[in-house]
Amino acid sequence: MPTLPPLLAKPVEIAPLWFVERVARAIFSSVLKAHPDLFDRLGQYKQTRYCFSPCDLPLHFRVVPAAQSLAVSRGEPPLADARIEGPLALLLGLLEGRCDADALFFSRDLSVTGDMEAMLALRNTLDDSAIDLPREFGALAGPFSPLVAAAARHIRARALEGRDAAWN
Amino acid sequence: MELICPAGTPAAFREALEAGADAVYCGFRDETNARNFPGLNFSREELRQSIMLARRKGVQTFVALNTFMRAGDEALWYAAADDAVALGADALIVADFGLMAYVAERYPEQRLHVSVQASASNPDAIRFLVEAFAAKRVVLPRVLTVQDIARLTRQIDCEVEVFAFGGLCVMAEGRCSLSSYATGKSPNMNGVCSPASHVRYREEEGALVSELGAYTINRFGPGEASGYPTLCKGRFDVGGTEGYAFEDPVSLDVIDEIDALKAAGVSALKIEGRQRGKAYVAEVVSSLKKALGATPAERSALVSRLRTMSEGQRTTSGAYDKRWR
Repeated sequence: MPTLPPLLAKPVEIAPLWFVERVARAIFSSVLKAHPDLFDRLGQYKQTRYCFSPCDLPLHFRVVPAAQSLAVSRGEPPLADARIEGPLALLLGLLEGRCDADALFFSRDLSVTGDMEAMLALRNTLDDSAIDLPREFGALAGPFSPLVAAAARHIRARALEGRDAAWN
Repeated sequence: MELICPAGTPAAFREALEAGADAVYCGFRDETNARNFPGLNFSREELRQSIMLARRKGVQTFVALNTFMRAGDEALWYAAADDAVALGADALIVADFGLMAYVAERYPEQRLHVSVQASASNPDAIRFLVEAFAAKRVVLPRVLTVQDIARLTRQIDCEVEVFAFGGLCVMAEGRCSLSSYATGKSPNMNGVCSPASHVRYREEEGALVSELGAYTINRFGPGEASGYPTLCKGRFDVGGTEGYAFEDPVSLDVIDEIDALKAAGVSALKIEGRQRGKAYVAEVVSSLKKALGATPAERSALVSRLRTMSEGQRTTSGAYDKRWR
């Protein structure tokens, strides 16, 4: 199971929550701007409160698609309708459609609880999107965009080594 | 043999094309197909664009309309057939005799395939469907041996397609009532086997407990590979012994039987998995495409990686290589 290297995990662990949330929201906004129809497939599940809990970070990310809201918290998981837990690299791999959710569920790398219909709708919605997180991350770095995007791609490749599909 | 590949979304469709599919099968975003899961499937416009893209690459598109029409609501299925024909589907995959009759009468030039959901598994049944509705191909259920298939193909006058890889349904498809019994919904009438709305997972001391409706389906120990929450692959206490009453959580893989299936007269190999992600589609289609052009000795190595993506992280040749009575 891939876990976040301490070099990356430690700064996120000690960073103030408001800062982590600000960065996460900026990436979220950037993704939504690049994919304005991202949540169309969700249908009735746009109102669902989704919680993403990376098991290698002491953080929870709660997203409500209809409100285009994202909140970050520490400690106990926040109140949510559906929750998914797993290594951050795999959660991000799912977000980009680079990993197959069923395969990660079979291997027990992921655990899901709550409203499974809503979770399935989100999985299928994200799978049909073409989100490229390094590109979105790089877009936030202004003049350093190519450098940051390349670094993020390198980290992604290392984190998902042997886990993502032979991409066409 | 043709490679028939699944697509639950336009993104998966594109992956199947790139990976070497000869045909891609998909369905509309409603209960007219047997993979009616939330967020899955195609709008009319998405299907139109996908068919155009496939045509440019010389790949066929099959549209699955393989649930059974609900009395009084036939218009939904008729409209789906009308639209699939108008959009240029190369074949319609149909299970319901009434819908087959509708297509055969309204669109005699439209190629019709008999869905696995029709459960046509003997020469008389298949001959009837060929004569009555001009069916050009039958998709056989996953309950026949390679020898059964060889005997069958010699006695019928249509193409035969069989499942080669993916989810393993061990029941008489189209007639299985297990999901309906537990949840009130079935793949046959609603397009969903073990609908997500009735599935719950919980962790218990490191074990993963899966529930379907009021039934506990399985309890996977820490680190034990898990499977789908279907009754047919549940672990139950039967006569004081705990075990899998019907089938283990396992996927189908008959790559080792490719040559035998070809010799048996099979025209097309089908990959199951419209509910799977595009990463799975890309990996499985490209691996099987390579396997079809490889020597028997090379095939196992090509598809061995797919095992980790399979239900229970295991595969079986199922009834194709039946070793029990």
